[in-house]
Amino acid sequence: MLKRKSSGVQPTEITPRSVYLNRRAFMTGAAAAAIAGVLAPSEEAYADNRLTTVKSPLSLTGVQPTSLQDITHYNNFYEFGTNKDDPAREAYRLKTRPWTVSIEGKVQKPQKIDIDSLMKLRPLEERIYRFRCVEAWSMVIPWVGYSFSELIKEVQPLPEAKFVQFISLDDPNQMPGLRFSPISWPYSEGLRMDEAMHPLTLLTFGLYGEPLPNQDGAPVRIVVPWKYGFKSAKSIVKIKFVEKQPHTTWNDQGPNEYGFYSNVNPNKDHPRWSQKTERVIGASIFKQRQPTLMFNGYEDQVANLYTGMDLKKYY
Amino acid sequence: MPNRLVIALKALAHIGCLAPVAWLIWHLIQNSLGPDPTAAVTFFTGRGALRLLVISLAITPVRRLIPPLSWIIRFRRLLGLYAFFYACLHLLTYVWLYAGFSLDAMIDDITKRRFITAGLAAWALMVPLALTSTTWSIRKLGGKNWNRLHRLAYVSAIAGVVHYWWGVKPGVLSPIGITVVLVLLLAARPILSWWSSHKRVPAQLARADKGL
Repeated sequence: MLKRKSSGVQPTEITPRSVYLNRRAFMTGAAAAAIAGVLAPSEEAYADNRLTTVKSPLSLTGVQPTSLQDITHYNNFYEFGTNKDDPAREAYRLKTRPWTVSIEGKVQKPQKIDIDSLMKLRPLEERIYRFRCVEAWSMVIPWVGYSFSELIKEVQPLPEAKFVQFISLDDPNQMPGLRFSPISWPYSEGLRMDEAMHPLTLLTFGLYGEPLPNQDGAPVRIVVPWKYGFKSAKSIVKIKFVEKQPHTTWNDQGPNEYGFYSNVNPNKDHPRWSQKTERVIGASIFKQRQPTLMFNGYEDQVANLYTGMDLKKYY
Repeated sequence: MPNRLVIALKALAHIGCLAPVAWLIWHLIQNSLGPDPTAAVTFFTGRGALRLLVISLAITPVRRLIPPLSWIIRFRRLLGLYAFFYACLHLLTYVWLYAGFSLDAMIDDITKRRFITAGLAAWALMVPLALTSTTWSIRKLGGKNWNRLHRLAYVSAIAGVVHYWWGVKPGVLSPIGITVVLVLLLAARPILSWWSSHKRVPAQLARADKGL
């Protein structure tokens, strides 16, 4: 009979691997904390990513914003793929520094602005807005930015500038969705000059108090809360002031489905579905439906831009 | 193929078709179907119905191509009925979560929106097939008539795929996979008939030569 030879160490004496690893992590952390304590106040390591913002009277009040998880994992950003979860998976490829925005066309001061200078042009505000996708779903998003009109004033458009065109980044190396796509890129969107000048139109750099996650259109996008989401171009590299209504990507794809104006309008159906209601993202399945509001609830502020216009014809 | 093995495989097929539904109901109860649960249920049931329908349509060509596999015919009814079951869940999702049981909303959709019309047609075409899926029906109708009626499964699958294309945005290519498979299946039928008729003719001639 074999007699087991004792190693002299009882199993209970062996440190479990997890504790061992934690001890190492604890020690590394302690060392780092010691160094950080010497070099800089430790709070700053956390505050690093936060943007300094001021509150805005244009924010919605008394509403619960959609969770950061849903805002960053349910995206239409076809440059990264056509599924809602593609952008969250693929957008890490996007390099947001260095980044310049080129301002061109009918302006007195055409220029290339570095993203960090652009962010410092005006104080950043927190703007809690409704967000309504043309696909009949909606969110509430705490954006960070300043009114686009501030930039317009800075670059001084010429009198003949009637529209603003936004062009998004178009780089297949960073955006895998561009490789096999029947859509003609780069993404192009546009606004009429008075829409662009409206204080609600937000030049956006962040959400939830931090810089924009890549999948939400980093480093800079436009947000036009009374229009369907696709009007709010992401990852903008060029802003062009033009005389004629610019071509816009979804209008090119399906002019009967996506108009140039694309104001949120519960009375004008999309050819393939009703726009009377919307699905609230993050709500439980039987509580998802809610009525859609005219101009997405911004009727008081923006209806005057469209007086006398047949909104069923100019959808 | 021994009977007992077929029965075991059938049990597996039932589990395979029902497990996704169990998964769906579990996540429905847990409220863990992601940011847009309505859309998640819609796509889950719709894709399920189309996939099962296409698999059931693949049975005949596969049998003709690989004769030793001819026993798989015993799975066709099961798969077809599960395809109909998923299609019913898909329709229920629409009636409940999109139309909110409003007849006006449904009539509005069916008359105005071709993608809904196509989807409803795909479902409606499956109804007579599900109703005549019993052995009694086959006997009553006669094999020839029954076969002719059940070719509607192809029409239903085409309507389903058209519904899928019309439902997604122009420029979205997600229905491409199921479309390619369906086109191959539609082409397989005439190609296989042509092939087998050409194979048979020389054999028959040879027999005639020998005076058989």
